[in-house]
Amino acid sequence: MMASSYNAKEEDGHHSGSSSHGGPGAMKSKKPDNTAFKQQRLPAWQPILTAGTVLPAFFVIGLIFIPIGIGLFVTSNNIKEFEIDYTGVEVDSPCYNCAKNFSWNSTSSCLCSVNFTLDQPFESNVYMYYGLSNFYQNHRRYVKSRDDSQLNGVESNLRQPSKECEPYRTSEGLPIAPCGAIANSLFNDTLTLYYYPQNGTKLPVPLTKKGIAWWTDKHVKFRNPGGSANLSIAFQGTAKPVNWRNPVYQLDEDPENNGFINEDFIVWMRTAALPTFRKLYRIIQKKPNTTPTLSSGKYVLEITYNYPVLSFDGRKRMILSTISWMGGKNPFLGIAYITVGSICFFLGVVLLIIHHKYDTRSNSAEIPN
Amino acid sequence: MARENEDAGMAKDAPKTKKQRKNKTKETKTRTVHANTLYDFAKGEENPNRHYANNRIKTTKYTVLSFLPKNLFEQFHRLANVYFVFIALLNFVPVVNTFLPELALAPVLFILSVTAIKDIWEDYRRHRSDKEINHMDCLVYCRAEKGYVEKYWKEVRVGDFIRLRCNEILPADVLLMSSSDPDRLCHIETATLDGETNLKQRQVVRSFFDLDCDFDPLKYNSVIECEKPNNDLNRFRGYIIHQSGRRDALYKENLLLRGCTIRNTEEAVGIVIYAGHETKAMLNNNGPRYKRSKLERQMNVDVFWCVIILLVMCLFAALGHGLWMFQYGDKRPVFDVLSPEGTNLSPIMSAIYLFLTMIIVFQVLIPISLFVSIEIVKICQVYFIHQDTDLYDEETDSHLQCRALNITEDLGQMQYIFSDKTGTLTENKMVFRRCTVAGVEYSHDANAKRIAMYQEMDSEEEECMSHGGTLPRRDSVGSHQSARVVLRSHSTKSHRRTGSRAEAKRASILSKHTAFSSPMEKDITPDPQLLDKVNDCSSQLDFMRLHSQPVSQLPSDLSDIFDFFIALTVCNTVVVSSPNQPRQKVRMRFELKSPVKTIEDFIKRFTPSRLTSGSNNSSSSSLNRSSNKGGSSMLSSPSAESTLTKLNEEQSSGGLEHAFSPAPPSYDEKAFCTPEEGELRYEAESPDEAALVYAARAYKCSLVGRLPDQVTVELPHLGKLNFELLHTLGFDSTRKRMSVVVRHPLTDQITVYTKGADSVIMELIRPPNTGNSKGRRQKKILCRTQNYLNLYAADGLRTLCIAKKVLSKEEYARWLQHHLEAETAIQRREELLFESALRLETNLHLLGATGIEDRLQDGVPETIASLRKAGLQIWVLTGDKQETAVNIAYACKLLDPEEELLTLNADSKEACKLLLEESLHYIQAKFLCSSGDASAKDLHANVSSFEIYPPAPPSSHGASFSVHQLGLVIDGRTLAYALDTSLEDKFLAVARSCRSVLCCRSTPLQKSMVVKLVRNKLKVMTLAIGDGANDVSMIQVADVGVGISGQEGMQAVMASDFALPRFRYLQKLLLVHGHWCYSRLANMILYFFYKNAMFVALIFWYQFYCGFSGSAMIDQWYLIFFNLMFSSFPQLISGTLDRDVSAETLQQLPQLYTSGQNSEEYKPYMFWMNMIDAFYQSLVCFFIPYFTYTDSDVDLFTWGTPITAIALLTILLHLSIETKTWTWMNCLSITFSIALFFTVALCYNASCPTCYPPSNPYWTIQRLLQDPVFYLLCTITPVAALLPRYFYRACHSTLFPNPVQVGRQLDKLPADTRRNILSLSRVKMGSWLSPRPPSLPVGKPQNCVQKDQRSKLAHGDAESVQQGAARPPGPKSCTKNDPLLSEELQPASTKDPSDPSPCSWMTSTPVVAQMDRVQLNLPPSITSPCVAYVRSSEAPLSREQTPPCSHGSEQGAEPALYTVL
Repeated sequence: MMASSYNAKEEDGHHSGSSSHGGPGAMKSKKPDNTAFKQQRLPAWQPILTAGTVLPAFFVIGLIFIPIGIGLFVTSNNIKEFEIDYTGVEVDSPCYNCAKNFSWNSTSSCLCSVNFTLDQPFESNVYMYYGLSNFYQNHRRYVKSRDDSQLNGVESNLRQPSKECEPYRTSEGLPIAPCGAIANSLFNDTLTLYYYPQNGTKLPVPLTKKGIAWWTDKHVKFRNPGGSANLSIAFQGTAKPVNWRNPVYQLDEDPENNGFINEDFIVWMRTAALPTFRKLYRIIQKKPNTTPTLSSGKYVLEITYNYPVLSFDGRKRMILSTISWMGGKNPFLGIAYITVGSICFFLGVVLLIIHHKYDTRSNSAEIPN
Repeated sequence: MARENEDAGMAKDAPKTKKQRKNKTKETKTRTVHANTLYDFAKGEENPNRHYANNRIKTTKYTVLSFLPKNLFEQFHRLANVYFVFIALLNFVPVVNTFLPELALAPVLFILSVTAIKDIWEDYRRHRSDKEINHMDCLVYCRAEKGYVEKYWKEVRVGDFIRLRCNEILPADVLLMSSSDPDRLCHIETATLDGETNLKQRQVVRSFFDLDCDFDPLKYNSVIECEKPNNDLNRFRGYIIHQSGRRDALYKENLLLRGCTIRNTEEAVGIVIYAGHETKAMLNNNGPRYKRSKLERQMNVDVFWCVIILLVMCLFAALGHGLWMFQYGDKRPVFDVLSPEGTNLSPIMSAIYLFLTMIIVFQVLIPISLFVSIEIVKICQVYFIHQDTDLYDEETDSHLQCRALNITEDLGQMQYIFSDKTGTLTENKMVFRRCTVAGVEYSHDANAKRIAMYQEMDSEEEECMSHGGTLPRRDSVGSHQSARVVLRSHSTKSHRRTGSRAEAKRASILSKHTAFSSPMEKDITPDPQLLDKVNDCSSQLDFMRLHSQPVSQLPSDLSDIFDFFIALTVCNTVVVSSPNQPRQKVRMRFELKSPVKTIEDFIKRFTPSRLTSGSNNSSSSSLNRSSNKGGSSMLSSPSAESTLTKLNEEQSSGGLEHAFSPAPPSYDEKAFCTPEEGELRYEAESPDEAALVYAARAYKCSLVGRLPDQVTVELPHLGKLNFELLHTLGFDSTRKRMSVVVRHPLTDQITVYTKGADSVIMELIRPPNTGNSKGRRQKKILCRTQNYLNLYAADGLRTLCIAKKVLSKEEYARWLQHHLEAETAIQRREELLFESALRLETNLHLLGATGIEDRLQDGVPETIASLRKAGLQIWVLTGDKQETAVNIAYACKLLDPEEELLTLNADSKEACKLLLEESLHYIQAKFLCSSGDASAKDLHANVSSFEIYPPAPPSSHGASFSVHQLGLVIDGRTLAYALDTSLEDKFLAVARSCRSVLCCRSTPLQKSMVVKLVRNKLKVMTLAIGDGANDVSMIQVADVGVGISGQEGMQAVMASDFALPRFRYLQKLLLVHGHWCYSRLANMILYFFYKNAMFVALIFWYQFYCGFSGSAMIDQWYLIFFNLMFSSFPQLISGTLDRDVSAETLQQLPQLYTSGQNSEEYKPYMFWMNMIDAFYQSLVCFFIPYFTYTDSDVDLFTWGTPITAIALLTILLHLSIETKTWTWMNCLSITFSIALFFTVALCYNASCPTCYPPSNPYWTIQRLLQDPVFYLLCTITPVAALLPRYFYRACHSTLFPNPVQVGRQLDKLPADTRRNILSLSRVKMGSWLSPRPPSLPVGKPQNCVQKDQRSKLAHGDAESVQQGAARPPGPKSCTKNDPLLSEELQPASTKDPSDPSPCSWMTSTPVVAQMDRVQLNLPPSITSPCVAYVRSSEAPLSREQTPPCSHGSEQGAEPALYTVL
């Protein structure tokens, strides 16, 4: 009797305090706790997507996106970019002979030079890229064909490169350094730029090769093997990649830019995402005075033509570009923002019409509120 | 079969040596059990029992060693796991691999280990409970100790003798050898086995029956042969072979089953027959059931489609790669790497390799985590269903049990419900309502009032509950704040009242442990008139006894009354127990005689005095033989025999005094202090029995004691009467009756009391001889009783007839002889026993009939109404008689008085066929043609009253079969014909067009056949609900079986997928939980497919830009863990917690359930829509970054990482659009997912500059996070990707809102407004919500017009809603609606007569609504069957009408109908 009256009391508590936690669960009965969670009564926001409720979202998105898009578009348009194709496919192009006769097996370089004129002066830093088309650096087997540990200077991997490097792992019994297909196909054209001012002299444009690779790549990911300063000793007992003319320790004279930490090499090793890509080649530093980095006028691009691309219908380009906060010239993002913003706005209007014509029920349902 | 084996083996076996026997054991199908006492000193080798399982139970699946192989083996049964392992292994092949091979194993290992951990945990729990059980104590006889010693359960072996004390649990299946009970009985409670709380009697093996002293295991040297272990709880056969070579049969009455509790018996000794896993209880224990839900079946189809998409994509890529390779010809470009061997791969070979590679890359398309996620979500759903307080029954302290864990979503897709009646719709609390004795009716008005009072109390309670519970009432809640106040005040008040009552109820149930004995069932108010007569009768008898007058002088009506109550009291199997010791049997023994039990004893008792001296020599000799066979033990009590003989002789000499003599002082003490009758407890096997015994007790004719051989009845003036129980023919469902044979102490006649279903008993009544007045009177009584029976049935009462018969000694002896032969027969025993029972139960004398009320459970009519509104077809299948069933059906609103009733009763197949055809024509004639008219009429009705339910949407039942306002009643016999393969189609055609179907007098087999028929033929989802053993087959056949854990044992629950304490909980279970579970899972599965397709398609698009080389811009880590980690939590949360519509609205608007029935959340086209959307979204997510970065110096993973991030954001935002309910958990999970991705990416990209080849993404994300373009991309891409879906959702819910969306909008309204709307516009809600608004005339040509109208209607609704909300709902707002509605209707109704519809031959169809009864005239050749279209409205019977169908048109209509079928 006592027990039952006690229980009855307890239940009262349960009911009155329904929103609070379900009281002491010490009751012997199997009655489930009356908590919001267990009873699936958690406080909740229940948005209903109707024309009326989503209207503002569309307008807001439209109003935000269109200005952003305009901003991006303007920014992109302010970027100056110059591109020149020097592949030499056409008969009249200066590098036609080089392109035609050249293959990986050639021992001597072929030289050619391309003239061009810049109509507008380039302000601030100018970035010089080489561009390749139709080059599938993202091919699955190509991407894999490298040994990061070797490139990081790990001695054991220098001597015994990873199996991923096959079939560019060993050459005549010696381990290849750097091994793999990526390294093997290193871009080895040399580009130099000369300016012809009005007076007719030929001025070389100073090209900086430092700082073209990611800082982390240059200082963390890529490291020369061994502690010794002499790279030729460090790389002793390794073979150069098959396609290379020189071993890896002769990529550059500067010891800070030689071996695995050669920046051109590092840049090449960062495989491009798409078959048409550009890679940073040199930087033309902004001059301290007010003169433009590259003033308008005649230029000549001298090319040491080493890299055959005709076998895969590839194209080679040289690109000069300034950059903004959003990178190189690309009007797409701006256009995309403007388009999406406009579509949103338009749909917003459509919804407004729908809302006015059909969505009266939810409106009226809300009036008694 | 086993018996035959025994017999064959028997002759040979006995003399043979043990060694041979051992061999024999292995060969035969029997088990031989020796006592272990004989082999205690022989080491294990010698013990013949050593081959049997010991009593240690191990339900665990694994051991420490076997876990890994076994678990893996089990997991690899799932095809998906094999697939994923195959892919992971494929990644180890260098030519095709894409990922770090170890990494690719990770997801598979993760999935496998999650499952394995779950299995370990479950196994550990089993292990712990096993251990607990194995270490329980029991007393085992030990030869060394010469006594019983305590041992653990696990040490008990087959052949051990164990001693059991009261309230102990049996450790194994034990053959009862001795019992401290003087009757050599042992009572057990089998609650743990089948949930039945009533006591069951078990008896000592006959050979040890009359051991006066304690059973001594040392002296035991018999051998037991019995069946091999099996799981049939109700069967045990075997025999015991004594050293003398004599054998005694063993029955299930001798076997005590493991898990049962010894009650009522101080001590019992038995020998273990089956131990451990071979016990019947363990063999019956077959874990949870596994079914595959409809949704899962559908999902599997789409998984299959995914596989095809995957293969197509792989093929496409392989082809592309081959072509790409081919275009270079011999000029091999530098980026095309040679094979490791340095050889050049031909385009074809590399295409083949690429195909395999692509399978690895695209593996995510087959969602590896889908299966695990679904399981997790289902477990959570089950948890929530479990936790629902609304499904908790305070009275019995039980809540819903989900026994099948993986079909929760099926609950949301039910289309047909098959329900048992008794115990499911009704409470199975049998209350004696009224009776008729000797043709005189005693209406028991006071009793009716009493019951009504209970009802009132209940409904009052309910009302209060609804204030305090989740169903707030319309008027009480003004605003949220005030709601709380009102709620509190109500709840405290109600609980002081109801709480205490419910508590009292529960307390009474808990303390008593006695089934069928709630106060309502017990306290019966006697009818004063009848009570007077009973008093009169017994005082007369008393007088006669005093004056030594023969009892036969009693007036026949009084003697009938007397016999009637004696029959009520005696003709049952109720056990009496006393209250202070609930499980103690009340003893009441007159003579000190040896406890005799079997029929032979009674024979013997008669044999010396009468039968041997009588003419029937042959019978007596045979009887003697049989008793000799019975055992020497029987004959070893000559003293008892002689006293009996003496007694008999004394009695036969006519002294009535002896029989009336009060109990001699020597009887058991307990009986002496037997408290007044009110305190005795009756333990009955069925509620009817209890009800009748309680009824008799109300008339002071109370059962005070029952022993195997005698029943003691206490009567007001006569004191205690002692009926010698000669024989009991138990109740069975084929005979539908039970009988007891007793020797009447007053008349000393052998009397048979029979109680049974009226239809059966009435046929067995001796036809009255109309010649004399007595016969005429008898006939009148018969006639009247039949009338009353019909009346009772019409009141929905369960009727039982009571009859008696007086046998002469000779007749009895003759019958007994046959019966004994039947009992001992080896073959056809059941049949012979049945025949024997038939012989006894003929030529009965009708005493009277009783009407027992089986009260409807609370809330049944409401539940049925709302389930029906939810579009569920409800069929009731009951074993009850037609009239009762129909009346209960009316009471629970299954049948509506407004609607017509089709009754099918036929007694031949042809008749049945004709009936079905006629009904079909009738339905056609009535509804097909006049549907426009009918709908118009419906709407008028709707306008005039809000009671009408919109017709159930016929969507899933085929276009031409709409469900009409028609009820079908069919009886068991007709059903048997209708279920014949040739007729089942017609039967279904009739049944499906009826709104409700009622099958009465159906057997369990028929029930399951009906379910199977509907399920297989109509391809619908079926739910069967029932509470008793007779519903088990039906429950098992249905897609979802629901058991009511009621009073009638647990068999139904054991077979069910869900067990409910009450029927009304079905409403919430289906409408709320079912709906939620279904919509949650359906949405989650669709989302899963979308998610994976979208993610994989990104890589697919990339193949166009990487020469189809199988390269992926998404880092392998992201790719592999995307599904498992980054995007899994939000969908699990929303799959568990999301709810489209609130529980209240779902219950108030049952129409919303149809969305699940029609699989609206997950239709096949939706999979493809999702796929298309996924492809669109992935295109956006791919090409926006593509164009942003095209011709730039971006590298592979600096480009791929933003895409991953974008995809993640898009996928999560997609989920946000689909999420209907946002709780803090959803927000948290989405935030967590995004945070997790960036955290992992940051850590991963910073951790190691040279690890994780080939991607080496060192410092990528760090650089990206400094890049504004990354943020710009992350903003625009998801927006652009989700724009169409967002827009579509918004437009769809505005332009074509489906019912669920309307429900959601209602949810947004404040509670009181919503309630006003619901109550106001119930009709219109129906028209909104039902797929085909009933207001629309059939002839309307264009869809767009319909839409227009609907929206106009909706518009009108909105207006009215607005008005209704603004001011109290008054008639004004209703009338405002009228013109609008009727305006629409006008053309329909006016158009109808002139409508040149295809069935215009029926234009003469009468307006059936005005007709009360239509009699279909059948061809004269078939006389008995009749189709009665009963319309039981109060409208006066206007005219009789024959159906206007001519035969020619009938034939025309028929094919049309069957082509539809």
